[in-house]
Amino acid sequence: MAFADEYKETAGEAIPIDREAFVDQYPHDAFIVRLNLAVAFGALGVGGLFGLIQALHRTGIYRGFVSSADYYTLLTGHGVLLALVFTTFFITGIFSWAVVASLDEKLSERLSKLWFGTMFVGTLLAGFAIVGGLTGGPVSADVLFTFYAPMAASPIFYLGAALLIVGSWVAGVDWFLAYRRWRAEHPDERIPLRTFMVLSTMLMWYISTLGVAIEVVVFLLPWSLGLIPAVDPLLTRTLFWYFGHPVVYFWLMPAYLVWYTILPKLSGGRLFSDPLARVVFILFVILSTPVGFHHQYVDPGIAEGFKFIAMTNTMFLLLPSLLTAFTVVASMEHGARQRGGTGRLGWLRALPWDNPAFSGCALAGLMFAAGGFSGMINAGMNINYLIHNTLWVPGHFHLTVGTAAALTFMAITYWLLPQVTGKNLKLKTVAMVQPFTWFVGMTLMSNAMHRAGLAGVPRRTAEPQYANVEFENVIGGIAEMRLQIAIGGTILFIALLMFLAVVVATWFGERSAKLEVNSELPKPLSGPEHSPVVLDDLRIWALIAIVLVAIAYGPPLWSMVADGLFAPGSPPIPV
Amino acid sequence: MEIHRFEKLWVALALLLIVGFIGTVTYGAVGAGVKMVDESGGTVDANALNDHPRFGEPGTYQVGENEYEVYVVARQFLFEPGTNEPIRVPAGSTVTFHITSSDVIHGFEVAGTNINTMVIPGQVTQITVRFEESRSYGIICHEYCGAAHHTMEGQLQVVPPSDFSSADLQNPAVADRDAPVNDADTEEEDE
Repeated sequence: MAFADEYKETAGEAIPIDREAFVDQYPHDAFIVRLNLAVAFGALGVGGLFGLIQALHRTGIYRGFVSSADYYTLLTGHGVLLALVFTTFFITGIFSWAVVASLDEKLSERLSKLWFGTMFVGTLLAGFAIVGGLTGGPVSADVLFTFYAPMAASPIFYLGAALLIVGSWVAGVDWFLAYRRWRAEHPDERIPLRTFMVLSTMLMWYISTLGVAIEVVVFLLPWSLGLIPAVDPLLTRTLFWYFGHPVVYFWLMPAYLVWYTILPKLSGGRLFSDPLARVVFILFVILSTPVGFHHQYVDPGIAEGFKFIAMTNTMFLLLPSLLTAFTVVASMEHGARQRGGTGRLGWLRALPWDNPAFSGCALAGLMFAAGGFSGMINAGMNINYLIHNTLWVPGHFHLTVGTAAALTFMAITYWLLPQVTGKNLKLKTVAMVQPFTWFVGMTLMSNAMHRAGLAGVPRRTAEPQYANVEFENVIGGIAEMRLQIAIGGTILFIALLMFLAVVVATWFGERSAKLEVNSELPKPLSGPEHSPVVLDDLRIWALIAIVLVAIAYGPPLWSMVADGLFAPGSPPIPV
Repeated sequence: MEIHRFEKLWVALALLLIVGFIGTVTYGAVGAGVKMVDESGGTVDANALNDHPRFGEPGTYQVGENEYEVYVVARQFLFEPGTNEPIRVPAGSTVTFHITSSDVIHGFEVAGTNINTMVIPGQVTQITVRFEESRSYGIICHEYCGAAHHTMEGQLQVVPPSDFSSADLQNPAVADRDAPVNDADTEEEDE
């Protein structure tokens, strides 16, 4: 039975199979995937290096790299390169693979080159503007990941950001067109799960990126060029957060795609429930966007009622993640029992912990649970007063995007890279240890960040020490937390180097006649035939999502623009 | 649609948890009276704060028997008042902060308290608090506001009512009406 073969293959005792890899079947698509991965990992390396320098600088362990003023240039680079460039390129890479592999439908060669090129040029422009901050010249973008007006960056930065987003839109068009071609030939079939996940994620992405696109194209770009004299800081900030929380789901949903479709196989089993996976993604489409105000709980100029609506939406957004926790753990348990695991918890030992693709995903999921709980505190409207803009917040998102998404992406690369390069994984021992190293580093860093945040230590600062401020810690000392952050950050950087070493060694290794992995995914225990057909009608869900957005955002946006689109206005202030 | 028995139970528990969270927040707002920062502060012209009757001369204003309003302007890289001279308010009084920015977005966090808010040019952040005990607090700008952001801090001194004098007020005439002030006290207050 094919199923039994697959779990043996993934258990580390690899049965080599003849070459029928993704790269052989779809050479051009594999090339596009590789291009995207290359940019993603380049950004990961540079952004990670910036992260290490920050961890050492702001904790006072070693300050020789940059001045405290230049710290913010690196902080901007760290945020943009990791949270936007690394994630977006990895996602466009894995989504291209997911669509092509699950539909058996090639992407358009011209269109895929166009969107990759657009995103790449955008990245170069934004990166050029950011690094310019170190030279002291006229081009700089020390405005951090959130680029709040009226702090102004070079127009080159805004142009780059706009191109990156527009490029990702075109990528989505490419995938929707592939789906349409497939649909013409398969009029009555259910959408394959991976494609369903890609399309629903992109639907969410189109709706939510509209906010930041309007912010950048209509307001910030003309304003930085001097075409309009002033922008409304609250309005542009609101447009940013309209996009700024859904982008979190843009990072997470691809990780969920991996956890739902590939992780069960790596565990030695199969997905528990395809219908619930579809429900989860539809819930994300509907609920992701009308939540951004939870980043603005303590903003003036926004009525309490709108904040309350965002709070309830945010809390209900826990549901798809809690459902995912169930399905993923159930699928893993099923796999472990197929591998001979027994007992109430004893099955955990039967999982292939020596397979980095598996262990990385499992550890990422585990950390995501912790990050989810600290996120519930952020979402708790009035509890949020205590931790708003403290180190708690980066502590939280280093667990979510920095581990749930990033570690999953790294782990699945160990499985995906051989298929898109036709080369078996090299440095296997390094790869095997890497996810655990990341886990240890992140445990140290993020727990210390969370606790320092409770003591009131602010985020986004080059110097944690203030002349007149004493932080009252609950458990442990501030000095001990700083040390943990520095050690954790260093371990994370080492884990990053390990990952890059494996990638580079594999990429430049020789092509193998036989591959140790294959992309066959076993059928779910409960298949799509058990789910209502209406789930696949993405138009209905898009419409509902737009209605919810209009309810949550219509009135507050109206009250902001009622006194004039650019008022109360502020001219650009160079940093 | 087929849903596993345990899955149904899990969904029910998840929904219970979510409704519970919403319940605690609602209780905090309605029962415990935790009020969110909202639009009640109104808007101002960030480019003409000097012409504003209160932000033009930021500081502590007495508006009632035991009620004070503190106007604070945040700018790169200081709080006025707060940084060069501390914000002073008497213990046991109700204090409403009105905070705005004359340039970029700043933060205003009184470390160790729930006073933690954004300061956005053009908008006025309004927070009302009651300080019972006399002590000093550090104020931090927690939103990145430029190259010297990390130097932006201040101090809030909650002083015993006996130490609070008309010199601490921007509208001393009001205080003189209520209580005579001992000038000798004001000398010691500058730290």
